[in-house]
Amino acid sequence: MPTTVLIPTPLRGFTDKKASVVLDGETVGELLEQLASQYSGLRRHLFTDGGELRSFVNVYVNDEDIRSLQKNKTPVREDDVVSIIPAIAGGRF
Amino acid sequence: MASQSPRTGMIEDLQLSRDEIRRYGRHLIMPEVGLSGQQKLKAASVLLIGAGGLGSPAALYAAAAGVGKIGIVDFDVVELSNLQRQIIHSTASIGRSKLDSAADRIRSLNPYVEVQPFEVQLTSENGLDILRDFDVIIDGTDNFPTRYLVNDACVLLGKPNVYGSIFRFEGQASVFDAKRGPCYRCLYPEPPPPGLVPSCAEGGVLGLLPGIVGTIQATEAVKIILGIGDVLYGRLLLFDALSMQFRQMKLRKNPECPVCGDHPTIRKLIDYEAFCGVTVQQADVGDSAVPHVSVHQLKELLDRGDDVVLLDVREPHEYDLVNISGYLIPLGDLPKRVNELDSSRQIVVLCHHGSRSAMAVRFLKQMGFTKVANLAGGIDQWAADIDSNLPRY
Repeated sequence: MPTTVLIPTPLRGFTDKKASVVLDGETVGELLEQLASQYSGLRRHLFTDGGELRSFVNVYVNDEDIRSLQKNKTPVREDDVVSIIPAIAGGRF
Repeated sequence: MASQSPRTGMIEDLQLSRDEIRRYGRHLIMPEVGLSGQQKLKAASVLLIGAGGLGSPAALYAAAAGVGKIGIVDFDVVELSNLQRQIIHSTASIGRSKLDSAADRIRSLNPYVEVQPFEVQLTSENGLDILRDFDVIIDGTDNFPTRYLVNDACVLLGKPNVYGSIFRFEGQASVFDAKRGPCYRCLYPEPPPPGLVPSCAEGGVLGLLPGIVGTIQATEAVKIILGIGDVLYGRLLLFDALSMQFRQMKLRKNPECPVCGDHPTIRKLIDYEAFCGVTVQQADVGDSAVPHVSVHQLKELLDRGDDVVLLDVREPHEYDLVNISGYLIPLGDLPKRVNELDSSRQIVVLCHHGSRSAMAVRFLKQMGFTKVANLAGGIDQWAADIDSNLPRY
């Protein structure tokens, strides 16, 4: 079922500048895999070579971190919003 | 908070003068602040890590609010390109140390504030000593090594760490206090490797964005000192200036966090440059593992008439500002436009400062390109060293 995935600013260069992408999938893992397949430049930013979600990229379903849910297997529903929130360092500049 | 301050012993110091009562009148008439709250502020100390985009509004509002002592750690000099957002500094301050500039501005705003400057880089050696005497730490850093250093030092010392971070139109804010909730390491256990996430110097930032996020940081610091309201413990506040929306995410303490978890392995400050896999030299060129040429070497190649393809991976609007007639493929478009490049020719990739082009070189090498190199320092270095007629941005 279609679920909205919000793309953070630093990664929009890889999604044709799109701030959100609607994808079909039953779980967060399925959605992210589809996202990385659709926008290949994004893959190395989201996953390690071993396919694990990178430790400086957090994924939330609505306002809950998937690490406190069922991680990649966290189910998503149609009205859920999935957010990708990477670490950003800017400040003093 | 104030009760923990070593300065609270000096009760006579906390008496507000007639002038101060007038100055803080709009605070004093609010029951949530009142005379006792204003005295807490006067007794309190706040340390700002960085007097830049986030530190500017944080310092100004903390000073205006009457925080008794404001420490600032910074060793930069005010530059023209800072003034688009670093509002504590002024045009007349260009070339001065940010510390002197900020201290003067704070004193002119509120002479009742004691400013304690630290003109050093925060390091594992001096970090605990500098942070120790302050009640609240405001993290306005621009790099991951210092961010993890500040986090760990705050956890080890039991200090609240008011966090803020910005990129382009988006900001993040939270308050990390290991006694009450998660720390920054619970949120992000590890930093990104250098070059994978663009900095503000590469990606740009809307000038007023740090104004909003830094003001949120000052607000939380003042609330912590006053002991009022719901502080951002365990919540990550996200702000998007374009959609003008605030969202918040729940943060949970990680029981396995190496610094604030149940069985901490980090009991003193570590080598944060090594932890973040970055050295100063690497930060400049993006990644030392990527083959690179200097601007002088590129000039030689071009002067000799060698066959060199200049690939510019910046954005079109940057290209319009200044270019050296490179072939433009923005980094994000490279995967789908890679077939426009001839892998048999020598390719030199450039961007603004060399980070994005390093990513492009790494990508091209993965795609089988062998004759590809990064232009160290990017077009900015070219403008600085080779062609001074070009504008720098």
